[in-house]
Amino acid sequence: MAALQQRTIDLIRSHQDAVVAQWVEQLAATGQSQDSRLSAREVDTQVREFWRLFQAALTTSGAGVAGSEWQELRHFLEQLSRERVLKGFSSAETASFLFSLKRPLFELAQQQLADDPKVLGDQLWAISELIDGLGLHSVKVYQKTREDVIQRQQEEMLELSTPVVKLWEGVLALPMIGTLDSQRTQVVMESLLQRIVDTGSEIAIIDITGVPTVDTLVAQHLLKTVTAIRLMGADAIISGVRPQIAQTIVHLGLDLQGIVTKANLADALALALKRTGQTVTKAAV
Amino acid sequence: MDRIPILQMGDLLLVTIQVDMHDQLALTLQDDLSDRIQKTSARGVLIDISALDIVDSFIGRMISTISALASIMDARTVVVGMQPAVAITLVELGLTLANVQTALNVERGMKLLQQRNDEAAP
Amino acid sequence: MTAVQGSLPILVEQDVVLARQAARQAAVACKLRLIDQTKLVTAASELARNAVIYGGGGSMEWSVVESGLRRGLRLVFIDHGPGIPDTAQALTDGWSSGSGMGLGLSGSRRLVDEFELDSAPGKGTRVAITKWI
Repeated sequence: MAALQQRTIDLIRSHQDAVVAQWVEQLAATGQSQDSRLSAREVDTQVREFWRLFQAALTTSGAGVAGSEWQELRHFLEQLSRERVLKGFSSAETASFLFSLKRPLFELAQQQLADDPKVLGDQLWAISELIDGLGLHSVKVYQKTREDVIQRQQEEMLELSTPVVKLWEGVLALPMIGTLDSQRTQVVMESLLQRIVDTGSEIAIIDITGVPTVDTLVAQHLLKTVTAIRLMGADAIISGVRPQIAQTIVHLGLDLQGIVTKANLADALALALKRTGQTVTKAAV
Repeated sequence: MDRIPILQMGDLLLVTIQVDMHDQLALTLQDDLSDRIQKTSARGVLIDISALDIVDSFIGRMISTISALASIMDARTVVVGMQPAVAITLVELGLTLANVQTALNVERGMKLLQQRNDEAAP
Repeated sequence: MTAVQGSLPILVEQDVVLARQAARQAAVACKLRLIDQTKLVTAASELARNAVIYGGGGSMEWSVVESGLRRGLRLVFIDHGPGIPDTAQALTDGWSSGSGMGLGLSGSRRLVDEFELDSAPGKGTRVAITKWI
């Protein structure tokens, strides 16, 4: 990793007004200084704040942008990247904010270090690596933020696609459809528990008819959920246990700890009604 | 020293825990309850933990102990209002509270105590 | 960005309540989901109590940590007590060196994402727990 020399750092600091002004010009030239998503003032604030942290972090250590001197600037870039994701910027646009800074810094070096070509070459390289490092970091954060947004959207879709329904007075049902992964099961189970409390329902029927396979982890989650339901003072019935799943459960040696299972939702509902002391009678014709 | 108030309603004792208890306060509650059960010949104890957002192993054991003590003195205990996050955490922690009866809310809890007392009546 | 960090002495039993409150505030400031907050604060309660009862008093420190792009809230409990002779055994359920506190250490481990236990006779005990945000 090429290291910045103290001379270069001093140069950058003493010429900062010119460098920043050129940077802002560069941003304007590439259409970055303002558009509908960010006002000119916001960009200006970002430029100034970035510069404040940047020039404070400049060091001769040559350790790269992962070093502790760069922590504050890294955090600032992370925030910047996140904001830009949420505002709909592309990763290229986000990185361009940083790469536009190369030109003013290069020109400064070329003007001031012309007396020693070897040093000039070396320092140009150091500046390039530095800006590249910062750019890469902001792109990584950008991608992570995008993934987080997608994940949150998936969770929201999950809640929508796995609604907790009130089957009867005091009886809730949670029809689970599709493959259950660890995370999905947790999210859904938490909302089931909350609904139980909110509605004061004594029995929750978890229907897994639409679930093709159940592995140890998922089975454990189901077990933990039922245990939690019982701890709160309600109870659960698992319905829709198909032969294949029953086989898996036996094969895996899972102890269902007295949890009642029913082959289908109708049987589970009948049991739930009985347990809650309710009967359904046919009206006399 | 502050203590958690215990209300008496007929032959039922009602405790609502609304503060973050330090261990001594919990132990004092245990003692106070045993005292009151004996003095009032209470048949039921209702512990409302709907305001507790943390139940750790100490509080969990306090609840188990109260239930056991009450039982020896011929009173039944029901714990009501456990929050979902607390339930999930207790399961993860490995605290089963096996010998403690629970109900979703005060109303259900009282009904439960009434049933059990009716069943147990000579 | 205001840093979420601090420390708190845990010398007497009432300090365990303060430790819970500090852990809760830190977890809220880090925007941990409610269930994760609850698990972390419960673990903190167990470990703080251990520090008082078995460690003769100690302290709790908290800070935000980074691992790659992940951020987490880390709590560290330190005491200068007698230390744990067999840490492996201490982490199995039901173990307790005194009167019935078996679940505290092993239970806490299940509640958090990262768990480090550093202890030996005469060395005191240090437990660091982390919950990713």
